[in-house]
Amino acid sequence: MELKLSNKNLRITVFALLAVALAFFIASQIYRPALAQNPTPTDDEVNRIAHQLYCPVCENTPLDVCPTEACRQWRDLIRQQLSQGWTEDQIKQYFISQYGVRVVGEPPATGLNWLVYVLPPLVILAGAFVLFRAFRAWTKSSKASAAAESEIEAPKDEYVARLEEELKKRK
Amino acid sequence: MTEIKETAPRRGVPIWAQIIVWTLLVALLVLVAIGLNRAQQGQVQKGDKINQLTLTLFSGYEYNGANQVKLSDLSGKVVVVNFWASWCKPCEQEAADLEKAWELYKGDGKVVFIGVDYVDTEPEARAYLKKFGISFSNGPDLGTKISQMFRIKGVPETYFIDQKGVLQYVQIGPFTSVADIQSIIDPLLK
Repeated sequence: MELKLSNKNLRITVFALLAVALAFFIASQIYRPALAQNPTPTDDEVNRIAHQLYCPVCENTPLDVCPTEACRQWRDLIRQQLSQGWTEDQIKQYFISQYGVRVVGEPPATGLNWLVYVLPPLVILAGAFVLFRAFRAWTKSSKASAAAESEIEAPKDEYVARLEEELKKRK
Repeated sequence: MTEIKETAPRRGVPIWAQIIVWTLLVALLVLVAIGLNRAQQGQVQKGDKINQLTLTLFSGYEYNGANQVKLSDLSGKVVVVNFWASWCKPCEQEAADLEKAWELYKGDGKVVFIGVDYVDTEPEARAYLKKFGISFSNGPDLGTKISQMFRIKGVPETYFIDQKGVLQYVQIGPFTSVADIQSIIDPLLK
């Protein structure tokens, strides 16, 4: 039996092959998250933590933008720790234990450091209290002086009193 | 003539509040002054007594089998404390010379070399030690406590402490030869 493919049959075969390929492609896209999970954290994930840490060598430079070799090594370390499932707090604690508290932007509230957190609100409250008292004293004294002035000037101003009296009568 | 009477007594901040505020202000200024004074002290100086150095060592770089070395345990020996880091290019210039010097002195036990790895990551630090064949005791400066105690300004820096725990010489920057290192250690051994 001669195997001859007509043009029509050829087209059907090509379409069938394409359909199968498309089906495989769609299936691979659907199942990709389960099959090809990427264990390497992204730069954004690394930088989100690195941004909260500071380079101990070049001071005041956040780790995510620090161009030195040391900072590159530390960013790699963060990436490695993230891929091992470390949490953000664990990574920060590791950096504090290795490189000291100056690597974090905020000093931990221990020892004399707590003054940093307590003093500013206390000073603001104390300042508000002093302002409030001063403002009250000023308003009281201005009222008292206004009253005293009216007491002084009222008997003298007979012309004004007469004028007001006349105006009342005309109404 | 009309007399103006004061209607209310003069009121201000109570005396106890003034005392508290002034006390707090003075305390704060004292704290700031202490901090500034410490910041301006600079490095430890020749003649300063150094006695509180404790370094946890890398595995494989222990001191006499112990994973920690204390300066107080090294009394009677000349101690060479070298601050370095794997990311520090000038440190590489002196690394091999330091090891050669250590090889010269390690036999008689009168000199101890200690490497303090400053703000570094362990894999890179180990690679550095391996690359330059360093064999003397080395460990990380955990929490930068040791570098803060010495108030170092950078790396490399090397401190030579005599048999009584007194700092005798500070080398800022890398050594250029083994002879440089010997010229500092040998007088201390006499």
